[in-house]
Amino acid sequence: MNDMSDTPAVEAKETPAKPERSRAAKWSRRGFIGAGVLAGGALIVGVGIRSGNPVGKLKPLVANGDGEALINAWVKIGADNLVTAIVPHCEMGQGANSTIAQMLADEMDVDWDNVAVMDAPADGNYVSQHTVRTFIGAGTIPDQPGQASFMEPTYDGLFTQVGKLAGAYITGGSSSVRTTGQNGIRVAGAAAREMLVAAAAAEWDVPAGEITTASGTLTHAPSGKSALYAEFASAAAEQELPRAPTTKTIDQFKLMGRPAPRKDIPLKVNGTAVFGIDGGSDLPGLRYAAVKAAPVVGAEVASMDASAAKEMPGVLQILNMGDFVAVVADSYWQAQQALGTIETAYTDSENSDASTDAMFASFTQALDDAGDTGGNDKADYGDATGALKDAAKAVTAEYKVPYLAHAAMEPINCTAWVRDGKCDIWTSTQVPLMARDGAAEGAGISADDVTMHTVFLGGGFGRRLTPEYTNQAARLAKATGYPIKMIWSREEDTAQDFYRPADISRFSGGLDEAGKCISWNNVHCSDDEPGEAPLIEFYDIPNVLVRGAEVHNPLRLGAWRSVAHSQHGFFIESFVDELAHEAGRDPVEFRRELLAKSPRHLAVLEGAAKMANWGSALPEGHGRGIAIARSFNSIVAEVAEVDMTADKPRITKVHCCADAGYVMNPNGFAAQMESGIIYGLTAAMYDEITIKDGRVEQSNFHDYRMMRMEDAPEIAVQIINGAPDNLGGAGEPGLPPAAPALTNAIFAASGKRIRELPVAKHFT
Amino acid sequence: MTINLTINGKAEAVDADPAMPILWVVREKLGLNGTKFGCGIAQCGACTVHLDGKPIRSCSTPLSAADGAAITTIEGVGGADQDTDLTPLQQAWISEQVPQCGYCQSGQIMQATALLKETPQPSDDQIDAAMKGNVCRCGMYGRIRQAIKVAAGTAEPTVWEEQA
Repeated sequence: MNDMSDTPAVEAKETPAKPERSRAAKWSRRGFIGAGVLAGGALIVGVGIRSGNPVGKLKPLVANGDGEALINAWVKIGADNLVTAIVPHCEMGQGANSTIAQMLADEMDVDWDNVAVMDAPADGNYVSQHTVRTFIGAGTIPDQPGQASFMEPTYDGLFTQVGKLAGAYITGGSSSVRTTGQNGIRVAGAAAREMLVAAAAAEWDVPAGEITTASGTLTHAPSGKSALYAEFASAAAEQELPRAPTTKTIDQFKLMGRPAPRKDIPLKVNGTAVFGIDGGSDLPGLRYAAVKAAPVVGAEVASMDASAAKEMPGVLQILNMGDFVAVVADSYWQAQQALGTIETAYTDSENSDASTDAMFASFTQALDDAGDTGGNDKADYGDATGALKDAAKAVTAEYKVPYLAHAAMEPINCTAWVRDGKCDIWTSTQVPLMARDGAAEGAGISADDVTMHTVFLGGGFGRRLTPEYTNQAARLAKATGYPIKMIWSREEDTAQDFYRPADISRFSGGLDEAGKCISWNNVHCSDDEPGEAPLIEFYDIPNVLVRGAEVHNPLRLGAWRSVAHSQHGFFIESFVDELAHEAGRDPVEFRRELLAKSPRHLAVLEGAAKMANWGSALPEGHGRGIAIARSFNSIVAEVAEVDMTADKPRITKVHCCADAGYVMNPNGFAAQMESGIIYGLTAAMYDEITIKDGRVEQSNFHDYRMMRMEDAPEIAVQIINGAPDNLGGAGEPGLPPAAPALTNAIFAASGKRIRELPVAKHFT
Repeated sequence: MTINLTINGKAEAVDADPAMPILWVVREKLGLNGTKFGCGIAQCGACTVHLDGKPIRSCSTPLSAADGAAITTIEGVGGADQDTDLTPLQQAWISEQVPQCGYCQSGQIMQATALLKETPQPSDDQIDAAMKGNVCRCGMYGRIRQAIKVAAGTAEPTVWEEQA
């Protein structure tokens, strides 16, 4: 169903009569290009692409698991000469949309101040033609609907299919810049520029090759003619659609590769940025809901005693929704106060007796059952078990990591307004279409009748890829008749997460006489996404066996920043470090040898080592640790420096060297590395989600700790542009090396090998 | 019960439960959404506002504490035009490209504003002490520190490296 290669609908749909002044989609080498004129004379050019497969391994993130990801991006050149990038990504802090605008501005030869970025609304624009028209008409050009019907062929043929993929509008997998940006907006921008040039050439009756573009202006130097893009917007739409627009080469870049300031930052320093929790605050009759869901997965609310709550001031309704209880009140605080007095009993579930100890015991049993060769093979080349028998030295180790919560700064919340068969939703989500479907189900209406309002996300980190809360809020709005602003307490946010999986990973490795690793055998418990996370083919080890054992998890699991790389980065790089020490080798030297056939990895490793002045003397009790990981097509090595002279580790510095192919905004990229490092170190140092009687034991920042200013290391980032045609991600790849760099540094400083996270457990 | 207070320089009579935290008064009663809810127990600092010039955690400070007092929120920390009349600290936040998701930044800026008022040229230790109650889940601590120093005049603005 979702295989676009079997869907020739775009071509077939080109024949029906189309409105004047519109252009059908045309397939280019990579996808289709479409163009048309909006009311008011604005030119719009769009690109829809079926990508190679860059995020195909992230099945939970792209839905339906069909291994395809689609790119679509639209460019609008307004009558005011402002160029707008319309992209299907949310802004949750990663800055990718601003970087995409930067890529567009460069391709179009527009100044940075004259380009804007707009999140494509999720109210069906990638699903139904109707809403596309509404979006372009009512959203972009008020009160002039129906002007975007030229898009119908493309939406009929491609995007209605996309609509079946809830994940088509998704911000995750560190994919925005390298997919939508690289293959979508750049192509759209180049196409738009070529069409503007062609229009000017026709009008001026000069060769297109003599026309130059700069600062949103077309110029024909020989005749002295010059015009703003906007003047040729309408005429441009009549030009031949470029089949393969020429994008710039690196030597032509003016904005790409530059540290252009982010577009969203001014809004975030003066309090005007509207986040999910702020949306819909002016709704007439808005009421507030505090909720508490059954604390054990699979349990339901059996009964509740709300006798005290119903007497409390401001309380309007108290609801037992089956899976959760809610108090609706005149203010959120009143609702929360009343909720706290409700005594609730829950039904039993298969997880009611779950505990962390029992869970890990079951994991251990699964690994015991898998033994040396059992479980699901994820990699098997050479003869790992045979080579281990021949090894001069065998090394074994077991590592353990806990469940983790996302703990985004903005607690889960959703404002829902259900009335007259319609529903409006304000919420922070990484998957607006999926969130919309949930709201539609909750409100009992069609998804086409749900409007998702675009807001900033107060952090995502993967939590907001599972938008079950829109369903919850829509149900409340429907049940109460009020527009409802539902806000989870921090405690609810911590207790009702979709957690990073806990895992145990066992290794046996063999070293030959020369201290070279000749065998690698690993078995672990997590169901890996992406599947490459536990793989090590970049290391030159001839005999490798990697296996997974199936386990039962008593908690809901989700994607957590860098997904399975967050566990396997720690496992792999801890074990490589142990092998190095068992071989009597320097950890950088040992890895250098293993990376001899992976030049990009090697350059990154050496870059980080050089930044840290690896091998130079450190004060007594200080140590350095190195780790390297590849995730989301980026390779990152980090050296952590720790001070172990006090009673607990203090991380003083992290040196980060990264190769993401080519970095479009080096400052934005560095910020993402800094962020991933702090996020990873926070978890490595402090955090675990534990379970007792099926319930999560942590509740707020006092028992689920955040790294703070005084604990945060200084971070230096160095970028290598090692593969300009093969972009990597930014939001996640900084994270996986952080934990092992830290624990390897602790070992170097103190001889204490941390095999179980968080580190803080070992220093109480 | 009516509580008389000043919000961003403007006198207001607020009719609400005096036990209601200032956070929810500011957001729901006064319509100022720049101040954010993060934890509800004074553990994250996202809700930081000034009460008579001192930084407080508004999620855990009752309205009664503001009786006859002046509250300043992110909306009122700059000049008359919230969009353009930025303090040097806010400007440094932009030049250092501090925010990522931005959710904690109102609280960070209010906390840092109070720090600079008290200690115009803070040391690193003083910055740590003042800012340790403010969590940034995006981990922009290095940039926050640098922006404070730039605003204080103790550090030069960062010059971002270019590449080609």
